[in-house]
Amino acid sequence: MPEDFPADSVGLVCPQTMAFNTPLELACSRELGPYQLVYETYGQLNANASNAILICHALSGHHHAAGFHDFDDRKPGWWNHYIGPGKPIDTDKFFIVSLNNLGGCNGSTGPTSINPATDKPWGPDFPKLRVRDWVNSQVRLADRLGISCWAAVIGGSLGGMQAMRWALEYPDRIKHCVVIASAMKLSAQNIAFNETARQAILADPEYHNGRYQEHQSYPKSGLSVARMIGHITYLSGDGMGKKFGRELRSGSFEQGVDEPVEFQIESYLRYQGGIFADSFDANTYLLMTRALDYFDLAREYQDNPVEAFKRAQCQFLVVSFNSDWRFAPERSREIVDALMGANKAVSYAEIDSSFGHDAFLLPNERYQTVFNNYMANVFLESIASDLKVNG
Amino acid sequence: MRFDLKIIQNWIVQNSRILDLGCGDGTLLERLRDEKGAQGYGLEIGADEISACIAKGLNVIEQDLDRGLGNFADNSFDTVMMTQALQTMTYPHKVLDEMLRVGKECIVTFPNFGHWKARLHLLIHGRMPVSDLLPWEWYDTPNIHFCTCKDFEDLCSENGILILQRQVISERSFKILTKLLPNLFGDTAIYRLTRSIL
Repeated sequence: MPEDFPADSVGLVCPQTMAFNTPLELACSRELGPYQLVYETYGQLNANASNAILICHALSGHHHAAGFHDFDDRKPGWWNHYIGPGKPIDTDKFFIVSLNNLGGCNGSTGPTSINPATDKPWGPDFPKLRVRDWVNSQVRLADRLGISCWAAVIGGSLGGMQAMRWALEYPDRIKHCVVIASAMKLSAQNIAFNETARQAILADPEYHNGRYQEHQSYPKSGLSVARMIGHITYLSGDGMGKKFGRELRSGSFEQGVDEPVEFQIESYLRYQGGIFADSFDANTYLLMTRALDYFDLAREYQDNPVEAFKRAQCQFLVVSFNSDWRFAPERSREIVDALMGANKAVSYAEIDSSFGHDAFLLPNERYQTVFNNYMANVFLESIASDLKVNG
Repeated sequence: MRFDLKIIQNWIVQNSRILDLGCGDGTLLERLRDEKGAQGYGLEIGADEISACIAKGLNVIEQDLDRGLGNFADNSFDTVMMTQALQTMTYPHKVLDEMLRVGKECIVTFPNFGHWKARLHLLIHGRMPVSDLLPWEWYDTPNIHFCTCKDFEDLCSENGILILQRQVISERSFKILTKLLPNLFGDTAIYRLTRSIL
């Protein structure tokens, strides 16, 4: 029954698959293909395809950004707070495309897919991907969907890196670029966290040099620890303190009592790690964290972000969260400064939140207002360009 | 529209590149964009003001002016503006200095504390003036560095700042007196400045 879904939800959505037969030339010089991308769309594409929005997902994201897959779903898509009727990414106004990136493990071709050359799963042999490879694969998806120019490309974290790459490499195919809780490149500390997470996977005896599928095994504990490390960095110290404090889940510190003690935070992290490891692929995790590490917006532009952004033709909205230490506001300010240096249209808001990096996914009144106000103008411009084409 | 903003609009050259420090809800920026084809950015820290600017389709950057303008290159704007906010800065002279580094010219407006009402208030009541325009108590006010036109002009001459244009405005009934004795009858001072070549 559709009335079971909240009124501000896109309701029931169905993933689709697009197959690509022409191999994709990758940044590492290898070729990948044929391949497939799984994606979802929300809302209606207008006659001139001027109201299309691309959602780029973060490290562990996928195509299911909004709505529900079936009536028994406990949870909607990962960005349901911001995509839906009347929400900032308004499904009554825009046609929204959200895909699972290449190398993912939610239906798009990735390490768990069969390598046609060997008839075995790709596993660790899957090509190393970079953000620009994802963007190039998204360009092909846009072509097939009949979208020559996005009204906006939007992404948080690793998704923001894709949005910026779009702005630089396909300046005539993007009108607005929304970059949330992101960075032009990772800091050494960020890479360090990613490497520690990767080592947790690699050290798991079930990893089998990445060929765990062939060994009918799975590095669940390694991936789980990797996710626990990541999860700590997505929350703020204060937020974690407020939510868990030193509360005990079991046991006691009472004098004379000798029983094992478990803090709430321990049990929470293990639980989160466990469910993540059950639904994600270890090789994909390695691939995605490396793509994050390798990204450097200005590498091909003499390491000069101002020069890099001079290529962009679109307008920008940059948003950060004050308790986010994984993608700190300083990183967003660097983006903004480079954009202003390049004389580009940009607005920037630094949102108060205690939820750390995760804040970009969560409800927040000010964030919603900023996002709403910006997207309202994106929509007005998309109609204006629509009228121009028709007129 | 506020009269001081109208004067600023007349001073801004067509298609200027501008930076508005403490741009509020973007009233001035919007006006300059629509009427003068001006391009640029507003800096603001108020959450509601930033949202209002974004709704108007303006470029607004959340940035605390007390942290300086170190992220802007020398001479990167035609005009850097600051309306009714100089008196709220921790170091107004350093802000002016920065404005003239980043902009070829700058425009500042501030409430003139030499206005007769302020003088009279202090003379008669022996207390810090509280008015409709400046309704805060001395201990709880954003206005921490009041000055008069004369004070401001002293600062300019001491710091090698050239006054290109000055307009001091007041309520209607004091127009002529304001022309004669701006520091006594003007309530709002508007200055267009540049760095004097030494």
